[in-house]
Amino acid sequence: MSKMTMSQKILASHAGLSEVCAGQLIEADLDLVLGNDITSPVAIREMTKFKSDAVFDKDKIALVPDHFVPNKDIKSAENCKCVREFAKKNNITNYFEVGQMGIEHALLPESGLTLPGNVIIGADSHTCTYGALGAFSTGIGSTDMAAGMATGKAWFKVPSAIKFNIVGKPSKWVSGKDVILHIIGMIGVDGALYKSMEFVGEGIKNLSMDDRFTIANMAIEAGGKNGIFPVDEIAIEYLKEHAPGKEYKIFEADEDAEYDEEYTIDLSTLKSTVAFPHLPENTHTFDDITDTKIDQVVIGSCTNGRLNDLRCAAEILSGRHVAEGMRCIVIPGTQKIYLQAMQEGLLKTFIEAGAIVSTPTCGPCLGGYMGILASGEKCVSTTNRNFVGRMGAIDSEIYLASPAVAAASAVTGKISEPAELGL
Amino acid sequence: MKAAKGTVFKYGDNVDTDVIIPARYLAISDAKELASHCMEDIDKDFVSNVKEGDIIVADKNFGCGSSREHAPLVIKTAGVSCVIAKSFARIFYRNAINIGLPIIECVEAAENIKAGDTVSIDFDSGVITDETTGKTFQGQAFPEFMQKIIDSEGLINYINNK
Ligand code: SF4
Repeated sequence: MSKMTMSQKILASHAGLSEVCAGQLIEADLDLVLGNDITSPVAIREMTKFKSDAVFDKDKIALVPDHFVPNKDIKSAENCKCVREFAKKNNITNYFEVGQMGIEHALLPESGLTLPGNVIIGADSHTCTYGALGAFSTGIGSTDMAAGMATGKAWFKVPSAIKFNIVGKPSKWVSGKDVILHIIGMIGVDGALYKSMEFVGEGIKNLSMDDRFTIANMAIEAGGKNGIFPVDEIAIEYLKEHAPGKEYKIFEADEDAEYDEEYTIDLSTLKSTVAFPHLPENTHTFDDITDTKIDQVVIGSCTNGRLNDLRCAAEILSGRHVAEGMRCIVIPGTQKIYLQAMQEGLLKTFIEAGAIVSTPTCGPCLGGYMGILASGEKCVSTTNRNFVGRMGAIDSEIYLASPAVAAASAVTGKISEPAELGL
Repeated sequence: MKAAKGTVFKYGDNVDTDVIIPARYLAISDAKELASHCMEDIDKDFVSNVKEGDIIVADKNFGCGSSREHAPLVIKTAGVSCVIAKSFARIFYRNAINIGLPIIECVEAAENIKAGDTVSIDFDSGVITDETTGKTFQGQAFPEFMQKIIDSEGLINYINNK
């Protein structure tokens, strides 16, 4: 009898094996291979080294220029041109031009391209996001992407797993971001190195799909190979809306699956959590955060640029104004989210509050453009990495937080939770 | 490459891909030009001091962060012959193998080797020798499958030769 985790079962099914065990090296069939405007050009150059440079399946490759798009300079324009021409030459179905594009990890689930039971590799570390829909998805580099595009296969070392048993219900301003920051603070930035993070338990019904995307997205920030959720009614509802008519297979962990470690996370006890510079594990709650003046707030990214995130920020910013001297930058994750935010009046709320709203892009998240920090500046950001120099000058500082904390901080001008506004 | 020998540059825990090669340079596609910014945010003298064959020794979780293959590539292009660390972030580990940058996990070597030491590595046996102190350490050898990729000098050649 097998004793496999959810991730192991998906991998076994794609390797044509009835069983796999942790540590085993396998070759798995791929359902989707992803690249962006930074990693794809490198992969496309590598492709030319193959005996044949044809792609394995034009429908199973997604190319999403999002990092420096709309192009910030000539070099980024050349990179995007390279991707565009490759997509055209190979007739790639899922190439997303400016106007259709969004941040890859917000865009692909929304476009119905990431399904339960899939094996997905992406030349972007946050490819682990799709585990929120019960897929095995993981980040790889450009050479793996090239090999994946050419052969439709990738090699994996089958991971062991850590189980997170989620219970309880979070309070009003606590969201997926607080859950994952809490977990990273607890286990560290290499706490799940090479491993799957499997999130289960009755409490997940209290987490929206957007919360789950945020949690799975940051599995890599704990060193994880992937993060994954079971497919429940909430996920099925999401799939009905975003992937109507598509077939998929739901995998569940064996009851006696073996885990390296198990943790229980009680959502009802979690508080708003902030990761201080320069590591995501450097977490604090407002019990020990003293007055810290900030210069900029960023609300967006593949972690927190979805509709619920914008709704939450708008609820706080509504009828309020960003502090004097503060820059508040809001970046909807995709064109669809942008449009919905417009229809719901959220963009009006942001603009009236003194924030700016950008077209979908990674932008400042990786220090690209649209909000780079000067020397000594401090930023509260809903993104996922606060490494040295990530958003600009090497002595600038990033404080990672939820959309609620980011919006409240924009109003007060210092790191704040909504309670400080009487909310 | 079956062996390496060089002078050691030493770093701590969690050396991330943003300091190995900051995103502000990622639009550059020329490997040499990219490599001129290698490690610049944690060690601005690295590029001017590194010589062909030198070795990086670091603590845990080396290469954490993004999937950018530019990270192992700039290290290799800068002339580094091997990275020894207590542990590697998994995407960096894969990428290094796939592009043919030798890397070895060895906790004891990372704890004992000092900056500036001369170190040699025998990749077949996984033995790391600190020639300055005379100490030797047993690094973890690669599984056979990965060794084949390294011997083919990268994943693409490996697939082509299959
Ligand atoms: S939003 Fe940030 S973390 Fe997400 S894909 Fe873009 S650069 Fe990477």
